[in-house]
Amino acid sequence: MTTPETDLYAPERETTEGTVYTVTGGDWDSIVDSEHDDRIVINMGPQHPSTHGVLRLVLELEGETVTQARSVIGYLHTGIEKNCEYRTWTQGVTFVTRADYLAPLFNEAAYVKGVEKLLGIEAPERAQVIRVMLMEINRIGSHLVCLATGGMELGALTGMTAGFREREEVLHLLEYLTGLRMNHAFFRPGGLAQDLPEDWREKIDEFIKVFDERLGDYDKLLTGQPIWKQRLEGVGYLPIDGCLALGATGPILRSAGLAWDQRVVEPYWGYETYDFEVPTETGADCYSRYLVRVAEIHESLKIIKQAADRLEPGPVMVEDRKVAWPAQLSIGSDGMGNTLEHVRKIMGQSMESLIHHFKLVTEGFHVPAGQVYTCVESPRGELGVHLVSDGGTRPVRVHMREPSFVNLQTMPAMSEGGMVADVIAAVASIDPVMGGVDR
Amino acid sequence: MTERTGPGGTAGTSKDDKGGAEPTGGEQSSAERSGPDHEEHAANGGTAPEQGEGELAGLGDQAVEGGTRPAPAGRTREGMFGVRGSGDTSGFSGLRLPAYVPAPAERPFGGWFDDVVDDLVAALDERGTRGAIQQVTIDRDELTLYIAADEILNVCRTMRDDASLRFELCSAVSAVDYGVDVPQRMHVVYHLLSMTYRKRIRLEVALDWDGGEANPHVPSVVEVYPTADWHERETWDMFGIVFDGHPALTRILMPDDWDGHPQRKDYPLGGIPVEYKGAEIPPPDERRAYS
Repeated sequence: MTTPETDLYAPERETTEGTVYTVTGGDWDSIVDSEHDDRIVINMGPQHPSTHGVLRLVLELEGETVTQARSVIGYLHTGIEKNCEYRTWTQGVTFVTRADYLAPLFNEAAYVKGVEKLLGIEAPERAQVIRVMLMEINRIGSHLVCLATGGMELGALTGMTAGFREREEVLHLLEYLTGLRMNHAFFRPGGLAQDLPEDWREKIDEFIKVFDERLGDYDKLLTGQPIWKQRLEGVGYLPIDGCLALGATGPILRSAGLAWDQRVVEPYWGYETYDFEVPTETGADCYSRYLVRVAEIHESLKIIKQAADRLEPGPVMVEDRKVAWPAQLSIGSDGMGNTLEHVRKIMGQSMESLIHHFKLVTEGFHVPAGQVYTCVESPRGELGVHLVSDGGTRPVRVHMREPSFVNLQTMPAMSEGGMVADVIAAVASIDPVMGGVDR
Repeated sequence: MTERTGPGGTAGTSKDDKGGAEPTGGEQSSAERSGPDHEEHAANGGTAPEQGEGELAGLGDQAVEGGTRPAPAGRTREGMFGVRGSGDTSGFSGLRLPAYVPAPAERPFGGWFDDVVDDLVAALDERGTRGAIQQVTIDRDELTLYIAADEILNVCRTMRDDASLRFELCSAVSAVDYGVDVPQRMHVVYHLLSMTYRKRIRLEVALDWDGGEANPHVPSVVEVYPTADWHERETWDMFGIVFDGHPALTRILMPDDWDGHPQRKDYPLGGIPVEYKGAEIPPPDERRAYS
């Protein structure tokens, strides 16, 4: 050991496994000398800019070759599933939306789809179309973050700035339509929290115009770029049988050639009536996953256009007053709240309305006993929700089958035997969102 | 295939009965469950109806000896608000609703359910597995098979490998804790997906566990579905169910040295002191108030 001087802030320490060094930058040669073999176990993360969130990787290296890779998760565990058991079914939406924070509307979608199946109700046509439209806007945003952070982790910083610039457009639009940039809690069992603002159409048209102009830039910037291709092609290989064994869905599975998309194989909310393709590639590597994601952005844009064209006026919540949220929201001088007409009615005119409002908001509605498993196609794959009700106003169990969680298991299969730099590319191509992984 | 009905057969499926003007009503639901078997079931006070030996919905050898065992899925409910000892004068405190127990489905199941169950029974017979299926339940168009705990690995392997079943993908493995006083409170749930035939099925294992110190056990299915690795680790972490044969059953979401299993119903929400770097941080409700 030839450390010149002891680092005050990152001293080495002896363990049963050998000496543990904390490297704060500098030269490998000052740490590794001739008395050690080439085998190094390095810990990467959980606070590392290239691990795609608070993900910790433990890598065993022989020189620059990864012989074993393991991921350690749980740093963002917030007990979303447990918390849902202590809230009403409607309040559950605000918890699940925080799981995969890059695709909040998909968490809500899978959850409300399950609650609606338990209740045996269906959201009105307009609510379904709006849901589809918002989800596809969200899908674009999520894929853009994947491209942006993936590019950043590989050193393509222009990819990052471009990706986040476009994603900002997505967030602006979602903020305008739903009121919040993220964690919208906009889908509710039975419909939507509220209708779209009046001039939604102009905003959507602007958004589509911007994206039609800018999406081509990604092909110019990345798709054909030699460095980008060299970093991604043949890296993170996971063929179709590996995907199925390890449960990988979404762009990973489609990059291996299987056109499996919940929107097509088990359509929901009218997806079967939209005209769009399921992009696939056959390379089964990081580059194929990149191509699939870019192609999916184009397909989502197609769906948004169709949804905007077919949106008819109508209710956005079921008629059933035992399920529908009693109040409508409006923006007053002191921010958003219940509409004045509603407050006037429950406070001044109808005692029964007040009781109804109070009961439904505090106690919630009863959901018939039983269990369901429903899933939607999130940007990362099959996002399933297993709901169990015992007939009460709170769930017995909410389990989220998070595609990030499942897909992250493929990291060792993709990166063992490869170079250490390719681990970064593989993790970026899995696109795990730690909020979803840890829930 | 013996009793085959066309798609949309109604027996046992409740989808067609639902979606009326007021599907949820204000009432507690177990008595309102649609479908004839549910009503009959509720009339029985929530216990599983008696079944003839080995005659469980035509399952032949696969039915567990002695008919079905009840597969509880809920606790009994009293009163309107679940409030106790408060001198409730609403008059509703006398309400008694039995625990919901999923009703066994009756032939014909309808749709593709008969085919899958028949194929599974035949495939299990072929492989010499007996007494694997405890109950068949069809609810909201979803097929649930209650499987004997020690046969789950064989059933999963059959589900994956048999040419007529081909459930290639294990979507999720998880557990449900139905509550402290419920018999067989811990259920392990497997969601399987057949991409070949585009079908989903749920396998459920009700564990004989009395809530004691010793953890419940169930065989691991990792050797059949490698994706179950992390799912089973999470289930161990959250529910304390030991998956025998798992390659490395360690905690995954909670810290390695955590005490207890947070998603058990007798584990509180919050109120747990947290040790961090040697110091103990009290639960939020015991921390100093700053107001």
